[in-house]
Amino acid sequence: MSTKVGSNLERVLSEGKFAVTAEVGPPRGPDPQEVIKKAESVKGIADAFNVTDNQTAVVRMSSIAASKILLDAGLEPVMQMVCRDRNRIAMQSDLLGAHSLGLRNCLCLSGDHQVAGAGGKLHGHPNSKNVYDIDSIQLLSVMRGLRDDALQQGGDSIEPAAPFFIGAAWSPLATPIDFRTIRLAKKINAGADFIQTQAVYDLEGFREAMKRAEDAGLTEKVAILPGVILPRSAGMLKYMNAHVPGIEVPQELIDRMTSAPDKEARWEEGFKIAVELINGIKEIPGVKGIHVQAIEAEHLLPELVERAGLLPRP
Amino acid sequence: MIVADRKQIPELRDMIKDFDRVLLVGCGTCVTVCLSGGEREVGIIGSALRMSLKLIGRGDTVVDECTIERQCDDAFIDALAERVQEYDAVISFGCGVGVQALAERFPKTPMFPGLNTQFMGLLESQGVWAEKCAGCGRCRLGEFMGLCPIARCSKQIFNGPCGGSHDGKCEVNDDINCVWQEIIDRARELGMLDKLEELAQPQDWSTYRDGGPRKVVREDQCIAGMGPDAEEGVQ
Repeated sequence: MSTKVGSNLERVLSEGKFAVTAEVGPPRGPDPQEVIKKAESVKGIADAFNVTDNQTAVVRMSSIAASKILLDAGLEPVMQMVCRDRNRIAMQSDLLGAHSLGLRNCLCLSGDHQVAGAGGKLHGHPNSKNVYDIDSIQLLSVMRGLRDDALQQGGDSIEPAAPFFIGAAWSPLATPIDFRTIRLAKKINAGADFIQTQAVYDLEGFREAMKRAEDAGLTEKVAILPGVILPRSAGMLKYMNAHVPGIEVPQELIDRMTSAPDKEARWEEGFKIAVELINGIKEIPGVKGIHVQAIEAEHLLPELVERAGLLPRP
Repeated sequence: MIVADRKQIPELRDMIKDFDRVLLVGCGTCVTVCLSGGEREVGIIGSALRMSLKLIGRGDTVVDECTIERQCDDAFIDALAERVQEYDAVISFGCGVGVQALAERFPKTPMFPGLNTQFMGLLESQGVWAEKCAGCGRCRLGEFMGLCPIARCSKQIFNGPCGGSHDGKCEVNDDINCVWQEIIDRARELGMLDKLEELAQPQDWSTYRDGGPRKVVREDQCIAGMGPDAEEGVQ
């Protein structure tokens, strides 16, 4: 893989090193200190940090703004962009703006439907209008156009080009499972340089999905970073198993969390499970790195990465 | 057909409670077929409205009913012209097209919608209608095995399915089938799965509402001197 944009994540992957990315969720308010605090708690544990774009359709500080705060704090961000809230004009405008601020990695996503925002304790904005002018795969091709051809989607040229290291998501175990390899191929053909996956708990199922991708020649064309979400309770695993499409949690893992007698033991078991998953994933052919998440508990990520033997970062 | 759904009686009552004579006009076409605004439904709603008005002390309001064959056709609306003069307000139980056709035809009569117009769709099972067409003005059903992702995918995804598809259902709720699962199943059945490997290009939305209110102009059908380019007054 040749380097195209000079991001740290791109460098680590092009040097053939096992990459680590971590997720940082922006706050629901405007305080930059909250972002800086999170940034300081995870600095140095990953090669780049994903900054979510109104994840689960809950309004948060914009991914671009929070990414810039991370950048200023010395962390490399992966800004995320969903197709739910912007048309192609706003998307390209924001991409140019993000580039001008020094952001170089971008992960393209469809985005959770706006009904998701009212799924938990929050009100969200389930009555909002969604946009979906273009879909996530079309967005990849738009970003490639801005980078490789210095062309906007409509055909107008830009000067200079706006090169990003382009990311896409993959949910290999979501149904229809056999089409997921084809969809991954479409993302690569459209411009994806790296892939971050839905959280993996079913190691065997994921191994088979990677085999299908490898057989289709895809693992040579793109850097796949499987997702690992640190489990913190049996309830969390059960919830994800039941409600998050594409996440299958083996009963054995739920039982292990259930049998932990207290909070401390549960957290310990969660770390153990996550480290086992990371170690298992590392052995799968074609895997180029790992994407770690600890939802609303980013301060636990340093310990996870440390225990997984992934420090120091290159 | 155009599918519409009923409004609640209190909403209808509040629309007309300040008028003394109100005519409810049903439509004999789509909304009759989807059991929302035909003669039978308008009769039932008329009775309920009279009762509801009585309960708020407006029992002396005259609420009459009639139904015409098609509210979206001037030839049928003309038959209403004399009758409408006798009323202070009209509730149209046609679709949104019917309401506006009556509003334009009767500029001096306050016009209210009796229904919530929903979509272009089909009867799926007894009592259940489903959306099938968004009227985007640039039909791409040929790319998608005859099933429309614009009308039937919650995210209008052209290169689906998104990660929210699960066991053939949509992430929005389990009452919604994932149309991408259906597109893929049908492609496999037809031996055309390879067609879905190609990138489906962004939609040109200029023919949808995004291009502004739309008109279909058929020059070959326009009467000389009355087409869209005719000068003002030539008619």
